[in-house]
Order: sequence, then structure tokens, then C-alpha cells
Amino acid sequence: MLGLINRALENFVKERHGMATWRRVVARAGLGFDSFEPLLMYDAPLTDAVIAAICNELQRPRETVLEDVGTALVSHRSRHGLRRLLRFGGVSFVDFLHSLEELPDRARLALPDLSLPGLRLEDLGAGQFNLVARPPFAGAGFILMGLLRAMADDYGALVLLDMAVQTAEGEVISIHLLDEAHAEGRPFDLALGAA
Amino acid sequence: MDDGQGTAGGMRGRRVTLAAAALDRLMPMHLHLDAGGRIRGHGPTLGKIAAGAPLLGQDFFALFEVRRPAGVQAMADLAARQGARLHLALRLGADQAPGAEFRGLALGDAEAGLVINLSFGIGVVEAVGRHGLTDADFAATDLTVEMLYLVEAKRAVLGELQRLNHRLQGAKSEAEEQALTDTLTGLRNRRALDHGLGQAVAGPVPFAVMHLDLDRFKAVNDTLGHAAGDQVLRCVAQVLSAETRAGDLVARVGGDEFVILLPGLVDRAVLTAVAERIVAALSVPIPFEDHLCQIGVSVGLTVSTCYEAPDADRMLQDADTALYAAKRAGRGRVVIFSPDLAMG
Repeated sequence: MLGLINRALENFVKERHGMATWRRVVARAGLGFDSFEPLLMYDAPLTDAVIAAICNELQRPRETVLEDVGTALVSHRSRHGLRRLLRFGGVSFVDFLHSLEELPDRARLALPDLSLPGLRLEDLGAGQFNLVARPPFAGAGFILMGLLRAMADDYGALVLLDMAVQTAEGEVISIHLLDEAHAEGRPFDLALGAA
Repeated sequence: MDDGQGTAGGMRGRRVTLAAAALDRLMPMHLHLDAGGRIRGHGPTLGKIAAGAPLLGQDFFALFEVRRPAGVQAMADLAARQGARLHLALRLGADQAPGAEFRGLALGDAEAGLVINLSFGIGVVEAVGRHGLTDADFAATDLTVEMLYLVEAKRAVLGELQRLNHRLQGAKSEAEEQALTDTLTGLRNRRALDHGLGQAVAGPVPFAVMHLDLDRFKAVNDTLGHAAGDQVLRCVAQVLSAETRAGDLVARVGGDEFVILLPGLVDRAVLTAVAERIVAALSVPIPFEDHLCQIGVSVGLTVSTCYEAPDADRMLQDADTALYAAKRAGRGRVVIFSPDLAMG
């Protein structure tokens, strides 16, 4: 698995809790190196080890840590790249939700080695959606949920998100869109550097 | 378009009537020219690109230059190029930046005029930024936004790769800097010697320093080439490793210069015997392809017990002085340093 997710975890810890905390996580997880390279491959169990070490170090449950990681992925000021790539998905939050099904294909266009889990959106009507994802590691759905929360904010949409009961197909995030134009949202300019 | 006859070559057949607003949605960058070449309508995105300059009623050829194919300067030329790919650009006043460039496709007929659909082609990324275009400026079927997405994703990946390369480059030069091995011979290098000598000087164990310089090595390099020279150096390295103990430090410190640090060995007779075994072993010609390389070695050495307070640089200097004396006395000699050598 590419080091992107591991690096996201690393950045999250460094930015929120500082280098010293990250060094303790490294020691706790027994990494043997101090930083992940986003474009190199790592063994999948390493990700689990890092998550467990972070939760231990911060004394916080896995769900809330991962959800915060997802939110930080798109809302951190120094990293608008991913937010921009996601905003290409559509001009409204509903457009964006539908574009998530294309996300693995889009990601593969950019990085052939990046295999994102398949995502399926069920439109239940009346602003209710279910997003079904097969997580690459336990709890990955919470990263997605944090990311959705940040993107809703970005679009200025008011949503209720909840992790529903897991099905055989994967983790299910239930989305209730209360108001698509609740707030102004952040501007998105197609041209890079314009906004 | 709604009054078009659809009579262009090969275009006769079923006619489609469209409201101008529908055409705007289908082709937000189209131009509708009448038979005289006046602009009778245009898509909204094109209006945005013209940035307030009036398009309606203007002569198409006064506003646009058809760059390829050559010689398209009037409606008859354009009508003759129906279905062909056109390259065109907006003309602007002398004080303005060059106008946007487009690809175009013109179709229609002589009476109703022509519809030209335009796109940006490869310049799309720049054009979107320059004209402040949004998702809504492109038809829903247009892949421009996907292309912009890819350009940006590619830029992000490339940036990450460049950072990775940069870090790897840094790690590589750091590793090289910290390397202790001579890559050609596998012996220790100058850095390792300095380190080992520094420890020996500071430690309680007496030791000897042996400085060796190959004889006639330059001749091998000059006559048989560097491959032969490299082969000789590797053979010398094998001999030096074989004739010393596991705890000795054998380093290549220059082209054909070697230094051996021998901890716990200061007996002059034993040291001389070791050096002479090396001299003897290296007097045997070394084969290279069809040739025999005849080299030799001269040795100068010194021992730490000669000094009240041994100093690394001083001992290397003295071993070198002894080596020089050995060379001067005729090659293939072993000389132990003594203060009177330094005088002479």
C-alpha cells in the first residue's frame, strides 16, 4: 500500500500534537524509521500499528482520531491540493457526493498504484444518502466521514453524518443533507492559484 | 441555425431546429455567421472571453484570424473548409496582449451562413485561468474540467516525486560522506583511517603505522589502461588483507598509496617481517588479460612507542618520511622511521 495514508497520519500527529508526540508514536509502533514517504509502498499492517500507537499515545478512541485525520486532510491550510482535486468532482455538494463513485478511477488516472476502495452512493431521496465503502483497514470509513464533513463545510452545505451498521458490502456512512446552501462555502476557481 | 438549409456537401438530409439558447448550452463557444461573414450570434463563454468587446454584428474576419489552413480570408474560403480543423485566434489592438487561440470546426451553408464551434485545444489550462472560466462555462459533456483535474493531480504527484528525489539525493550524499569503504578495493578509506588512528592515539594500546606506495604503478596505468590499473589495485588489496591480521586496519588513501594501522604490534623485527612478506608477495607479476603487470612496493613505518605523546598527523608524516627514504634507497625496501631520517 502506498505511504499516502501513513503520511497523512504522520502529518496529522505532527501538526496537531508536535514532533515529540510523533517520535513517541514511532517508538511505540516500532517503525525503525521516522517518516513515511507518500509514494513508496509499505506493508499494510504498518498502518494498523501506527493507528494503534497514535490512539494509545493520545488516549483517544480510534473512531474520533481517524475522523479528525479525514477532516485535516482537506481543511488544513497548508494543504489545499486534495481539497481542490475533490472540488473538481462537482459544483454542488450533491454533485460531489455522486462524483465519489468515480473517485477510485480518478485517483488511478493520477497514480496507477493508488487503489482506493470502491465507493457506492445510494440516493434514498429527500436528501438521504448512504455511502458504502469497503475499507482497506478497520476504521478507514471514519477517515472518509471526516473528509465528507470538511467537504460539506467547503461547499457550504449543512449535513448530518453517521456511521451506520456495517454490512457485508462494507462500512456504511449515512448522509442527511439538510440544506445544500446553508452557508457561503469556500470559493473554487478552476484555475490553480486564482483562489 | 433554425433557418439553415443543411445543404453543404454531404450534409443534405434530416434537419434539426434548435433555439439559440439550446445551441448556447450545447456549444457555449460557438459563433453563428451570416452569409456575409457578420457575427449573428455566439455562445456565452465566447462572450466572456471577448471580455466586453462587442461581437454581435462584427465582421468575423476583422475579429478573428484563421492561421491554418492558410489563405482563409473570406466566407467563401471558410465555406470551402467545412468539416476541416481550423486554427484561429482573436485579433486584438496593437497595445493588447495576443488574443486567445482556438481550434475550430465550421459547418453550415451559403444562405444561412456558418456555425463555427471553438475549443481551446492544448492551451486550455492557461485559457481557463486567464479568462476566469468556471464549470458552467463548459458544456456538461465537455471533458475540460477532467483535463484540468488531471493537470492538477499530475502536478501534485510530480511535486511529491521531486520532494522524494530530493530527500533520496540528500540521503545518498550523506551516506557517501559517511562511507568508510574504498569502493574500488573494498579496503577502508581515508576517513576510516583517520577515525581508527584517532582512536589508537587516544587509547592505551601501542601500535604501528605502515605507509606503502606502489612502484611502477603509473607505468601499468599508462601502458595497459585504467582497467589494468584497477585490477592491480584489487590484487594489492587482497595481498594486504591476507598478510595482515583481522584487527589491523588496511586503508587505501590515494591512487596507489596504502596505510596499515597495526594495533598492539611494535616489535620492529616482527613489523619488518610483515612488511617484507608484503614486498615479496607484490614482487610477483600480476596477470591482466594477456599481460603480466610487474609492480612492487616500498614501505615506511613508525611505531607509537617512539613518541612521548603519539600524534596521528605526526606519525603519518614520519611514516611518509620513512617511505621516502625507502624509495630513495632503491625500490622494494622497508624502512623504519628514526629521528635522523627526518634530519637528512
